[in-house]
Amino acid sequence: MTEKVKKLSPRHAVVDRAACVACGTCEDVCPRGAIAIYRGQYAKVQEEHCVGCGICAGECPASIIKVEVRA
Amino acid sequence: MKKHWYHYLWIWSVLYFGMGFFNILFAWLGLVSFALPLIMAFGFGHKGFCNRYCDRGQTLRALGQLGFSRRRDIPEWMKGRAFRYGFMVFFFGMFGSVLYTTWLVYSGAESLQQVVSLFWTFHFPWEWAYSGAVSPWTAQFAFGLYSLMLTSEVIALLTMLLFRPRSWCVYCPMGTLTQLICEAKGSKQES
Repeated sequence: MTEKVKKLSPRHAVVDRAACVACGTCEDVCPRGAIAIYRGQYAKVQEEHCVGCGICAGECPASIIKVEVRA
Repeated sequence: MKKHWYHYLWIWSVLYFGMGFFNILFAWLGLVSFALPLIMAFGFGHKGFCNRYCDRGQTLRALGQLGFSRRRDIPEWMKGRAFRYGFMVFFFGMFGSVLYTTWLVYSGAESLQQVVSLFWTFHFPWEWAYSGAVSPWTAQFAFGLYSLMLTSEVIALLTMLLFRPRSWCVYCPMGTLTQLICEAKGSKQES
C-alpha cells in the first residue's frame, strides 16, 4: 500500500525571526492561514499550508519575510 | 481577503480624536489602548491587541488599502533594536512627563494649561474643549494624553505615507514592550 504524500509548493515564505516585530500583518493578509504570530514573539510559517504566494512578504511593514525556493 | 469585524476598528480612532476635539475629557479613553495590550501580554502571553484589535493598526491598514502609502521598505535603522528600544524609552518618558505635569497641577504648583502640544513643540490653544466641570488635574492629564496620542498618530501617518501602511507597528512603543513581555514569558515557560 502506498502512502499518499502531500506535495509541497516549490516556494515558501521565510521569516527572519530575530527581526520580526510580531505585529500580525502577515497573519491578517495570508489567504491560507499559513502564517501566525507565535505567542506574541514572532511570525511562524506552517510549511504544509504555505504556497509561497508572497502576499505576506509584500505587506510586512519591517520587510523581514522573503519568499524562497524550498530546500 | 476575508473582512472581519475588527477591520472596522479604525472607527474608534476617528471617534477618539473627534470627541477629544470637542471635549478633552474623552482623551482619558486613550488609557484603554494602554491597558488592553498589557493585559493581553501579561495575562495571556500574546499580542492579540497588535495583531487584531489596535485601532491605529486598523486605521493604517485601511488607509494603505485606499492607496495612501508609497509601500517602500522602511529604513534599516528604523527596524533595528536600538531605535525601537530607544523610541520606547523616549515615548514612555514622555508619558511620565504627562503624569508629572498632572501631579504639579494637582498639587497646585502649576496651573492648568489648556493646550494640545504636537511634537512637544507646537502648542495649540484648545480651551473650548474644557468646560471646567472637573478638577484641573483631571483635565491636565486629558490634555497631555491627547497630545501624546495625536503626536504619535501624526508620526504613524507620516511613516504610513512614506513606507508601508503599518510601518508604525515596527517601532510602536507598546508593540515593542508587549513583545518583550511575551518573550520574557516564553523563555520563563521554556526554562
